[in-house]
Amino acid sequence: MGKKRTIRTIPQERTPMVQRPAAERARDFTEVACGYAPGEALREASRCLLCPDEPCVRGCPVGIDIPGFIERLGEQDVRGAYEVLSATTLLPAICGRVCPQETQCEGVCTVGGTLEPVAIGRLERFVGDAAIAEGWASVPSAEPNTFHVAVIGSGPAGMACAADLAKAGCAVTVFEALQQPGGVLRYGIPDFRLPNEVIDAEIGKLARLGINFRCNTLVGRLFTVEQLIRDMGFHAVFIAVGAGAPSFMGIPGESLNGVLSANELLTRANLMRARDFPAVDTPLGTLGRVAVVGAGNTAMDALRVSVRSGAETVSCVYRRSRTEAPARAEELAHAEEEGVDFNWLTEPVAVQGDGERRVRGLLCRRMALSEPDASGRARPVPVPGSEFELECDTVVFAIGTSANGILGRTSQLELDERGYIRVDQDLETSMDGVFAGGDIVTGAATVIEAMGAGRRAAGSIKRYLGLAAAEAEHVPASDGDGMLFGLGPEQRGYARVHLA
Amino acid sequence: MAMTVVRPAAYEVVRRLDLSDVSFLVEVRDPDVARAARAGQFVMVMSHAGGERIPLTIADFDRERGTITLVIQAVGKTTREMQRELRVGASLHALAGPMGEPSRTEGVRKVVCVGGGLGVAPTYPVARAFKQSGAYVIGVIGFRSKDLVFWEDEFRAVCDELIVCSDDGSVGIKGLVTEGIAQAISRHADIDELIAIGPPVMMRGCAELTRPHGIRTVVSLNPIMVDGTGMCGGCRVRVGGRMRFACVDGPEFDAHEVDFDDLMSRLRRFRPEEKLALDRWEQGCRIAAPADVPSG
Ligand SMILES: Cc1cc2nc3c(=O)[nH]c(=O)nc-3n(C[C@H](O)[C@H](O)[C@H](O)COP(=O)(O)OP(=O)(O)OC[C@H]3O[C@@H](n4cnc5c(N)ncnc54)[C@H](O)[C@@H]3O)c2cc1C
Ligand SMILES: Cc1cc2nc3c(=O)[nH]c(=O)nc-3n(C[C@H](O)[C@H](O)[C@H](O)COP(=O)(O)OP(=O)(O)OC[C@H]3O[C@@H](n4cnc5c(N)ncnc54)[C@H](O)[C@@H]3O)c2cc1C
Ligand code: SF4
Ligand code: FES
Repeated sequence: MGKKRTIRTIPQERTPMVQRPAAERARDFTEVACGYAPGEALREASRCLLCPDEPCVRGCPVGIDIPGFIERLGEQDVRGAYEVLSATTLLPAICGRVCPQETQCEGVCTVGGTLEPVAIGRLERFVGDAAIAEGWASVPSAEPNTFHVAVIGSGPAGMACAADLAKAGCAVTVFEALQQPGGVLRYGIPDFRLPNEVIDAEIGKLARLGINFRCNTLVGRLFTVEQLIRDMGFHAVFIAVGAGAPSFMGIPGESLNGVLSANELLTRANLMRARDFPAVDTPLGTLGRVAVVGAGNTAMDALRVSVRSGAETVSCVYRRSRTEAPARAEELAHAEEEGVDFNWLTEPVAVQGDGERRVRGLLCRRMALSEPDASGRARPVPVPGSEFELECDTVVFAIGTSANGILGRTSQLELDERGYIRVDQDLETSMDGVFAGGDIVTGAATVIEAMGAGRRAAGSIKRYLGLAAAEAEHVPASDGDGMLFGLGPEQRGYARVHLA
Repeated sequence: MAMTVVRPAAYEVVRRLDLSDVSFLVEVRDPDVARAARAGQFVMVMSHAGGERIPLTIADFDRERGTITLVIQAVGKTTREMQRELRVGASLHALAGPMGEPSRTEGVRKVVCVGGGLGVAPTYPVARAFKQSGAYVIGVIGFRSKDLVFWEDEFRAVCDELIVCSDDGSVGIKGLVTEGIAQAISRHADIDELIAIGPPVMMRGCAELTRPHGIRTVVSLNPIMVDGTGMCGGCRVRVGGRMRFACVDGPEFDAHEVDFDDLMSRLRRFRPEEKLALDRWEQGCRIAAPADVPSG
């Protein structure tokens, strides 16, 4: 290779990714960000300094060899780049699109200290998309063994665990309650961020590994976790049912018509394709003027689905300021471009009805940020006398989710105080041979963390089953004190990159 | 859909019976659900890939035959279309369940099981479960008129007493099911529990009737649902001032605590869309009709 790259010799500007103009994309569900062309990917790859101390790798929840894959890419060896990625991640095309890179790898990228960081997520997506387009499959599988493993839930945690175990030769069956697999990727995250074809491609790969998908199967009701082991011949079980139960605020007026959870809005629009109503049977209802409460990824998705579904106006209501908004920076920026009206430092007090049990508006009050508390986060406090009514016809709550109670109620599984499944370091639950991971253990988190948990659980299950070379195929991130999937608390904080 | 990954059951219709112009019964093959089903539970059904997920009560199940029975009232687009399409040999696109908490029958010695109209069907397995658990079962079933009566014999077989009511007096006693309940209460001072399934107005009427008698009363609520797994919150109902999700916490709740006004208004949530869907479908049927009906 030529002479060593330095911060001065690399292209100074981050390579922009072509995006469909806001006015055009806000009318449809086609993907917003178009992905890099090969030349663009090469140019962006050349911005990586291949730092020997690899801060980005430590910033990645699963420890992907980031300089390793970018180096291959720079050598125009896309397949090689894919192999490097596949050693750690199962879903590069998905994570490249939905990871909060600005608080993970890109947030600690050396280049980011001076310039805009290397666009690691976009490069990951480029490689992932190339793999789908070329039909590459990763990692040879082991000889089939005689073990049967059940995976409950087909979101990223379940998919990752199933893939690793299938590659290790186990017969894996994935049980999913809904009619299609994918978890939040399918029912929550809209097509304009993550097209269905990408999910189908990843599920298709799993099916080709011999994984058996059983949809329409609500475990706990159709059969219990105990029955899987006792009566149905499974040697181990992995529970990855997510944290799907939507929260409401408990303020007056929440049962008025026109109030719904973001999960309901998104499930109708994405899984049930209500945006095509009446060509499909599931309605979305007339949205009118929409107010979405919350500012995380779910809120951004609800806002932008509303924009695309004929809402007259779309407003976001969030009690902290823009800096604290937990959504990915890109989604927030896209929502702003698409005309969403943001009410920062605003808290709902009550949903107001029109006398006919329909929503008329959202009574709100302004908030001010107090001094940061012990956790370092500024606490919002109400401004006296600041109440006002935000006129609207639809109120969507996107204020978080919690554990679904069905498995807890129908099994002997030990839960924590908040209803999540309790596990040990190996992600094993209180039941022998039953493991759990993803949102149902940690509470609502991220796709990459769920995927990492799935892979870790697969490692534990292999050890539990006594499969040789349990660790041969992948190296899970070291799990030291206070580390979550290899990421310390300080790195998981808000190292947000501010774009100039 | 790019992929069809389902349980091995093909959810095939093996029997069909029309109960009236607007109601029909289908027996569907699903050995897994038939094995797991308990009284009081329901399934979520999609009739085709673009269809709505709708909740339907398991009106009967046969573990040997590996089937469940659904009794359906054709009220809107989805159920009208099912009435037309679900012939023997046809299959549902998706079927998931059993969902909801099963009926609680333990410790009840004398129970009144009330079914109004089509609600007779979902009440039947509950009455049977009470009978099997050793309770004295008084059935009260109500219909608008004699020609709408169904499952009278089935019901009678699982009851110690059966009171049939009709709005027009053409069969049984004349009056609403509340007339029948009043009779039962006057004859039995030791009723432990009453369970009522039917239209919300009827269930509310039953709740008001039993309240002064202090009889524990259970109703099965039917809010609009999407997933049926506790994930959307669309099915939320107000019970005892608290928000509950009917699909996972119910569908049975303490009738004296249920906010029926809330339920009834939430059932009107999609009125304009329901009308649009039905009108559009009916128009499609009219256009399609000549091809359906063989000429000559
Ligand atoms: C709208 C939305 C947007 C998001 N955006 C992002 C983002 O941009 N970036 C990011 O990193 N994270 C994002 N997240 C978070 C991320 O999607 C989740 O953390 C992740 O999907 C959790 O994965 P999981 O495998 O644990 O569970 P899930 O993806 O929730 O999957 C669980 C699956 O289990 C099924 N299930 C539940 N109970 C049962 C049962 N009893 N039997 C059978 N199946 C059952 C469910 O139907 C579901 O399909 C978003 C979340 C939401 C809701
Ligand atoms: C737990 C549960 C069990 C049920 N069991 C049965 C059953 O065994 N047999 C049966 O015929 N029906 C049952 N229902 C009602 C059935 O799901 C609805 O009638 C059906 O969804 C209507 O769909 P549609 O498109 O044909 O009508 P739509 O056009 O959608 O609705 C027509 C009318 O039905 C009302 N409606 C819409 N959705 C529902 C709903 N989910 N529940 C009640 N009313 C609704 C509307 O308010 C409207 O007035 C049950 C509902 C629940 C929640
Ligand atoms: S920190 Fe940035 S520049 Fe350094 S290796 Fe990682 S991606 Fe490349
Ligand atoms: S139907 Fe979605 S939570 Fe009950």
